Amino acid sequence: MLAFTRLQSVAVPLALDNVDTDQILPARFLAQKRELGYGPYCFRDLRYQADGAERPDFVLNQDPYRGAQVLIAGSNFGCGSSREGAVYALQDIGVRAVIAESFGDIFYQNALINGLLPIHLPAGQMQLLLAGLRDELGMTVEIDLAGQTVATSGGAAFDFPIDAFRKHCLLEGLDEIDFTINYIGQIEQYEAWRQPM
Amino acid sequence: MPPGETVPRSLFDKLWARHSVMEHPIAGTLLYIDRHLLHEGSRNGFALLKRKGLPVRRPDLTTATADHYAPTDNRSVETIDVRSRREIISDLSANTSAAGIKLFDLAHPRQGIVHVIGPELGLSLPGLTVICGDSHTATHGALGALAFGVGASQVAHALATQTLWQKKPKQMRIHLTGQLRPRVAAKDLILAIIARIGAAGGTGFAIEYCGAAVEALSIEGRLTLCNMTIEAGAKFGLVAPDEKTFDYVKGRPFSPTGDQWHQAVASWRALASENDARFDQEIEIDAGTVEPMVTWGTSPEDSVSVNGCVPDPTAIADPSRRASKQEALDYMGLSAGMPMADIRFDRVFIGSCTNGRIEDLRAAAEVLRGRRAVLPALVVPGSMAVREVAESEGLDRVFKDAGLEWRMSGCSMCVGMNGDLAKAGERCAATSNRNFVGRQGASVRTHLMSPAMAAVVALHGHAVDVTRS
Repeated sequence: MLAFTRLQSVAVPLALDNVDTDQILPARFLAQKRELGYGPYCFRDLRYQADGAERPDFVLNQDPYRGAQVLIAGSNFGCGSSREGAVYALQDIGVRAVIAESFGDIFYQNALINGLLPIHLPAGQMQLLLAGLRDELGMTVEIDLAGQTVATSGGAAFDFPIDAFRKHCLLEGLDEIDFTINYIGQIEQYEAWRQPM
Repeated sequence: MPPGETVPRSLFDKLWARHSVMEHPIAGTLLYIDRHLLHEGSRNGFALLKRKGLPVRRPDLTTATADHYAPTDNRSVETIDVRSRREIISDLSANTSAAGIKLFDLAHPRQGIVHVIGPELGLSLPGLTVICGDSHTATHGALGALAFGVGASQVAHALATQTLWQKKPKQMRIHLTGQLRPRVAAKDLILAIIARIGAAGGTGFAIEYCGAAVEALSIEGRLTLCNMTIEAGAKFGLVAPDEKTFDYVKGRPFSPTGDQWHQAVASWRALASENDARFDQEIEIDAGTVEPMVTWGTSPEDSVSVNGCVPDPTAIADPSRRASKQEALDYMGLSAGMPMADIRFDRVFIGSCTNGRIEDLRAAAEVLRGRRAVLPALVVPGSMAVREVAESEGLDRVFKDAGLEWRMSGCSMCVGMNGDLAKAGERCAATSNRNFVGRQGASVRTHLMSPAMAAVVALHGHAVDVTRS
């Protein structure tokens, strides 16, 4: 997994609630092989018209947001399908962190496992962040995972919660399967104790 | 608490404790997985495993089916005109064959949607942990299982270790009192729940459904209820197993038999939540007040009674939420205050892991019998076994005589990835679970409803209260 320690980037405002994984990566592209990359399909129907031309009104097609690594979203970001491709697609367009009021549970897990940092902040702080983005075109945020802080170029600073294990894995770039292989003995003991039906 | 007394436990507590391999000081609980169900989307999971050079640890506890990309007009992979779709089905065959995993492929008489065949075959049972790389895995919780969806990395983790690291969520109990009125279905009930608590209302929770209305539901109704728990934000949805559950499970191909059956039932009886079990949140809804529901927006929380009107987003105080709902109305081509019954449809889809079971098809057929549809419609059974039963009951004739298309099993129009699509800009009445932007095809407008309501739309071209028609 790609480690995450600190990041400074322009932040992209996508202030919509319930942005689901079908919007992040439409289902019709899921049959593509992962190694070919999912970047072109990320937010496909929001970013592009049917003929493939860019939609100029979509925020990711506007300067200074192209290539930004931090997305500021509404509530329940990544709800819906468990497709991990939604995380891959965001990563393939350069996104390393998403800040939102809340996340879909499965998307949240998928993001953490793959080195995409999902940060949830309470509604009041999210409103301050979004207000800052409206006031300052190209506002940057700095994320410090070790300190669990988000600071904006506008002078605002917020602490964010994160599970201790997931934080450790992100900071170290630790792979979950490699971690679990250390406990195969316990798994074997469990299987001996309780034969699965 | 007096000495010797234990803390009263919920169904979820018992299932969690029973499957805890170990507790790690920071990683949480290492949960053992009794059943790992796979579909074509498992390809990335197998690829991760291959990169690590690891074998599948318990192929005997792993089962696969082709459903998401399955063509429903025939059973031949060769007829699929998109190479990537052919390949993903072929990859499932290759990956499962190499690992020694049982596959219900397109040629198999028991093939079907993973969340339909799991319970149907007795693969999913009370007291088990069930995972699948699909968010609707909570469906299996209707039998009293701890079932949840995962992504590709966790698919790989489970293939490699037969376990997953999980942090125990909070618990919510939803009491459904009273009784559903005739022709009001489990689908209406879950849409009403989601409208009440919101699409994120269950985030971070496991939800147990209980009460007289749940007890009165058939197992298929409970499967529908638990299926859409993820649409309320929760990845776990459960119903305590009871006599109905045991009757449903008994005699299925993978169910225990003989002495093992009696032992299993004895252990299953002990799973129900104890009287004073603690829940972090409790909600009560009178099922008798629920009317046939129809969604109007682009989230399952956007639903109202068929007798209601499209809500007005300007009444929403929160600016972000207001903007989202206005955007939903714009996408759906609707205006605030419009009666739901005035919405004109172009197409109907009856099927999916939510509503593709035999009772769902019977409910739709009851409405359609002896009448003619005015809209094109697909009826897609959730499994080939469901299709066989439906045909033995003559339901296929009812659908065909009404002008509907009778298909083979698969996920079909629920998700626009297998060739079954609505046309751009069309409005589709669907018995599936998601009305997201573009879910059934680019710029398609999806309205969720029950099978009986979808059948009514097929007949009239617009929604009519099925309890009055």
